[in-house]
Order: sequence, then structure tokens, then C-alpha cells
Amino acid sequence: MAAENMNREVVLSVKDLKVNFRAYGGLVQAVRGISFDLYRGETLAIVGESGSGKSVSIKAILGILANNAIIADGSIMYDGMDLTKVKEDTFHEIRGNRIGLIFQDPLSALNPIMKIGNQITESLRLNRKMKKEEAKKVALELMKSVGIPEPEKRFDQYPFQFSGGMRQRIVIAIALAGDPEILICDEPTTALDVTVQAKILELINQIKKERNLSVIFITHDLGVVANMADRVNVMYAGKVVETGTAEEIFFEPAHPYTWALLSSMPDLHTKDRLDAIPGTPPNMIYPPKGDAFAARNAYAMKIDYEMEPPMFKITDTHAAATWLLHPKAAANGIEMPAGLKARIERMKRSGALNG
Amino acid sequence: MADSQYILEVNNLCQHFSSGRGKKQLTVKAVDDVTFGVRPAETFGLVGESGCGKTTTGRTIIRLYNPTGGEVLFNGRDIAGKMNPDLRKYLTDNIAMIFQDPIESLNPKMTIEEIIGEGLKVRGMKDQAEIRKMVVDMLRKVGLVEEHATRYPHEFSGGQRQRIGIARAIIVKPKMIIADEPVSALDVSVQAQVINLLNDLKEEMGLTILFIAHNLSVVKYFSDRIGVMYFGHLVEVANGEDLYKNPLHPYTKALLSAIPEPNPITERQRVRIDYVPARDHDYSNEQPSMVEVEPEHFVYCSPSELAKYREQIAANA
Repeated sequence: MAAENMNREVVLSVKDLKVNFRAYGGLVQAVRGISFDLYRGETLAIVGESGSGKSVSIKAILGILANNAIIADGSIMYDGMDLTKVKEDTFHEIRGNRIGLIFQDPLSALNPIMKIGNQITESLRLNRKMKKEEAKKVALELMKSVGIPEPEKRFDQYPFQFSGGMRQRIVIAIALAGDPEILICDEPTTALDVTVQAKILELINQIKKERNLSVIFITHDLGVVANMADRVNVMYAGKVVETGTAEEIFFEPAHPYTWALLSSMPDLHTKDRLDAIPGTPPNMIYPPKGDAFAARNAYAMKIDYEMEPPMFKITDTHAAATWLLHPKAAANGIEMPAGLKARIERMKRSGALNG
Repeated sequence: MADSQYILEVNNLCQHFSSGRGKKQLTVKAVDDVTFGVRPAETFGLVGESGCGKTTTGRTIIRLYNPTGGEVLFNGRDIAGKMNPDLRKYLTDNIAMIFQDPIESLNPKMTIEEIIGEGLKVRGMKDQAEIRKMVVDMLRKVGLVEEHATRYPHEFSGGQRQRIGIARAIIVKPKMIIADEPVSALDVSVQAQVINLLNDLKEEMGLTILFIAHNLSVVKYFSDRIGVMYFGHLVEVANGEDLYKNPLHPYTKALLSAIPEPNPITERQRVRIDYVPARDHDYSNEQPSMVEVEPEHFVYCSPSELAKYREQIAANA
């Protein structure tokens, strides 16, 4: 995997991005210095709780941050441009045409009083200056490719005549209309039922393969991550705390927060008491000194309250920001909780059995 | 299922909503012919997609709606009949509800003390000091502190608000709680805290819980027995292990095949099963009904399907 990544082309590169929001109480530090690369044809999942900064970072990529946001530092390099400095006019060219977005709630992403067909053709006619007839042909083609039955009939219907899953397919069709090379999915299945969710995930995987898209997939559901991701970034309090391939994150997690996230998920196979993470995420107006997770971390050491841990490299693809990986701490031999270890062993076995 | 082992018996419950008049009349059978029983101190999970009628079932049992048909027995007493003050008191004394949305379900203009103590006041308790004492007790029980009593709902996080909702439900010492998606609005880390809290309270107070949710892994973890609903019908009831290892109804199979697990190896090999009622069932000459296929395992099926399911069980054994 490691060698593979080096040869692959970087499509998008985020470096040390910091986003603040001006709020009544002060400056909210929503994103506090994140860096990651997106390779062509891969799915990068970003996981984290609400308020961890995952949505804010993708809004920064698309230039759709709220008015009270300030990009304090860092760069987002795409096609030789720094998206943090690009003018709104240029963004019109990028947004939709080169970077597509699928929102969480398909109902509020669609205009309720505009026919589905017009919503899909809108960007084709505006951006690609297509004629009405031509745009309709392309739109029908798109509707067919995202699995809408009877596209001719559906073309003239309104969003309320569609089910949640069908609406999300329309949103995907709109996102694909500009023929983007990067697709950003912001919790695209959170509002859907499991059976519908499975179909939408399959669809996203299929179009990703067909079009060789690079996908950034934001979610808080670790099951969905396991299904979709090639690589995973785990975010907490505005920082990436662990990054690695899906196998590394699920089978060899190194950060106590990743341990806690994995062990707090109800398991289909046991009824052992869940290891809940105590407390709540910190207030980002006053981010704590040192490691932001320290106060909720059973493995926190003295240094966690004083100094922020840097990213420690574990393999070429795997790194985590925790002092536990420092040579001095590693000597103490602190390992992941026994319950989680047993669970990972069980997962590996069941995977091997099926495979 | 006229069995006294059940604390709550739901027999052929129907909840139809109609709109319009005359030729335009439209009837939605939100809950249709649903039958199940819940034993004392057990957790019964009800799963299904949105719109399948699981929430309506819960709300009809606690009489937020008036049922269109069928009977509901609580400790042998019919609670689906005509509402009167006596029945209302019996209901509110015995069954309490926890709602899904911890923001919408708390009155923003009331303090936490008023919200939690309201149930006691309604029951005629007048001594302010006594109410206060019980509210503080409840707050401690759900992991909050005394100082929280004078605050308003907006000052709390989602997890804390759900704890307040739980405190409000258990202060009247009900025998049974109907929990309608109590954790689906919460983050994973907070979700685990609330599930643990509910588990502790269940042990401590001997509560019977009707747990309604769409997340099958949460339901499987939390419940002793599980009922699967589809389009207003209860299609399968079994204990959690059985349902997971040995699903019989095609919808249950489809549902199980769609749950994502946090395991990249199995996820990449996942084979999803589709459920198409028109293809999977032939009810043209046989009517389906709820049948006990093996002990403790009920499936909604026709006689020929029943024979097929029995074969399947024999083959697995």
C-alpha cells in the first residue's frame, strides 16, 4: 500500500489549515492545523464527533464557509491554485465542475418548488452553456446512471414526489452533472434507512470506479467508514489525531481516541458493557493546553496536559498524535484496552472465515 | 398470546390514519394487525425503517393516539379502550416515555426542576421541598448534579438533555418505559454513555423497556427480544441471538445484510440482499399470519412459507 501511494498522483493537498469563527463568546477555533493529501481514485474518510471540525474543513475546501469564518493559516492546493486565496469568480469554475458535493440532507439540498429535471440541467446550462434539448439528454443519462427508474417521467416531477433514497440519488446526479474529479460527501447517508444507505453507498462506490473519482467521505459511522474508505483520518477537536489505511485504523489503532471510538460502538457479537468515553468534547473557544483529548483519556500522562503531541509515524501510511508513541512512553508498554483487542481479533477471524 | 407471563400484551393492534372525505378518503395503515408481548423486566426492541410504524406502535400503546382496532393489555388491564381519568392515571403511573429528540422534547421555558418535577405535580404532590428533593435524587441518578436543577434546557449538551428526559420519565417510578429512538440523535461516544445509563437503571429499578430504534446493532446490543417491522406489519419476533443467526423472514435477512460493521475485511465482501415483497411472497391464495415457527421465534408467513421455514430450521440444526 505504501509504495502504491507514493506513485499515485496527489489531487488535493491541505497543509496546516486553521479555521476560526468569530462568535459572541470569542474566537472558536474549529480547525486547528490539519494536513492531508487526497490521491487520485481513492476514498478518504474523515471521522469524528459533531464539532470535531470535519464539516468545516471541507467547507473551506469548497469556499462555502459562513461569513464569520476566518481562514487563519494554511493552504489548500488544488491544480496549482491555493483555494484559500482564490477569488469567488474562480470558485464558480471549480465548485460543481471540478469538485462536486453531496449534502447530508437530500430534502433541504433540493429546491422544493423546482422540477427535478431543471435542477439537474441548471448547472449544465449555466456552466457548460448547453442548449435545453442537449442538457435534457445529458440529465436523463445521468438519472439513469444513478439508478432512477423511468427518468423521462421523473424529469418533470418535484422533490416531494421522491423518497429519501431517490432524492439522494438526484443530489448525486446533480453533483455529477459538472463531471467533477473530486466528490465530497458530507454524511450522505446519515438521514437514510440502513437498507437505503447500503444501496447509496454501493452507488457511490460504483460511480467512483467508473469515473476514477477521488472521494472525501465524511461520516461519524465507523461501519460506513469500513465499507467505503481506503484511508481514514480520525479528527478530534479540530485536529487529525490519527491517519492510516482502513486496515490500520480498524485493526491496529494507536490513538486512545480511536480506541475509545471503536470500543464505544455496540458490537453485534457481545453484550459486554460499552466503554463509553466520559465527558464531552472541549469548548473550542478555550482549547485546552496540551492534548485536547487528555481530560477524557484514561491513558493520559502528565505531559498530555502540558504539551501538544506531534504526529508520530508508525508506518509510511499510518501516524498518530499521542505521546504514548514517544520512545520514552512506549517503554511502559501501554496497549489498547483488552476488550477492544479481543474484538479486533474476533473481527480479523470472521473476516478470514468469510474470505 | 393470552398469556399471563407478559406484562404488556399487544393483540391485533391497528392504527389507521385517514384523510379526506368521500371519494377522496385516503387511509394509511400505519400499524396493521400487530401482535406481541413483553415480559416483566425484559427489553423488547422494535426495529424497522422510517415509516414502518414502529414509533406509531409505541405512541399508540401509551395512548398518544387512539387505536383504531385491537387491544393492549397492561398487567391484564385493557388500556386501549375509551379514555377516562381513571385509565389516564393508571397509564401515566405505569408507563413513561423517552423521546428521540432531546431538544424538541424539553420545554425551553421551563427549568430542569420544573420539567422533571412536573409529573409529580400532576399527580397531586404539593410539597415543594419534597419535589425538590426527589428531583435532585433523580438528577444524581442520571449522572447530573444538583446545580443543574435551576438551569434551562439550552444550557445542556445533547447527551445531558437526553439524561434529563430519562430523569423525567423515571421520577414517577413507572413499571415500563417506552424509549423511542433515545440515542439516535447522539454522537457515538455519548450514545454509549446513555445506553449504559439505561442499562443500569433497568437493573436497579427492574424496568421493562420497549426500545424503538432503526439501528439494529444498538437494538441487538440492548434488547433481550427483538421485533422487526415492515410497512405496518410485525414480520418477525425472536430473541436477539436467534434473529441474528437464524433470520427467517426475507425482510429480516435484507435488513441484516445492510448493517455496516466496523470491519474493513467483511465490509469489502458484503453481499446485500434485496427485499422485494412482490417477488418474495405469493399471498394470492394464502393469507399470512403470525406463527410460532420454533419456540420463541414468530414469523409473519403463509402456511406454505411456514413449511419452508421449518425445513430451513431443521437443515440448520
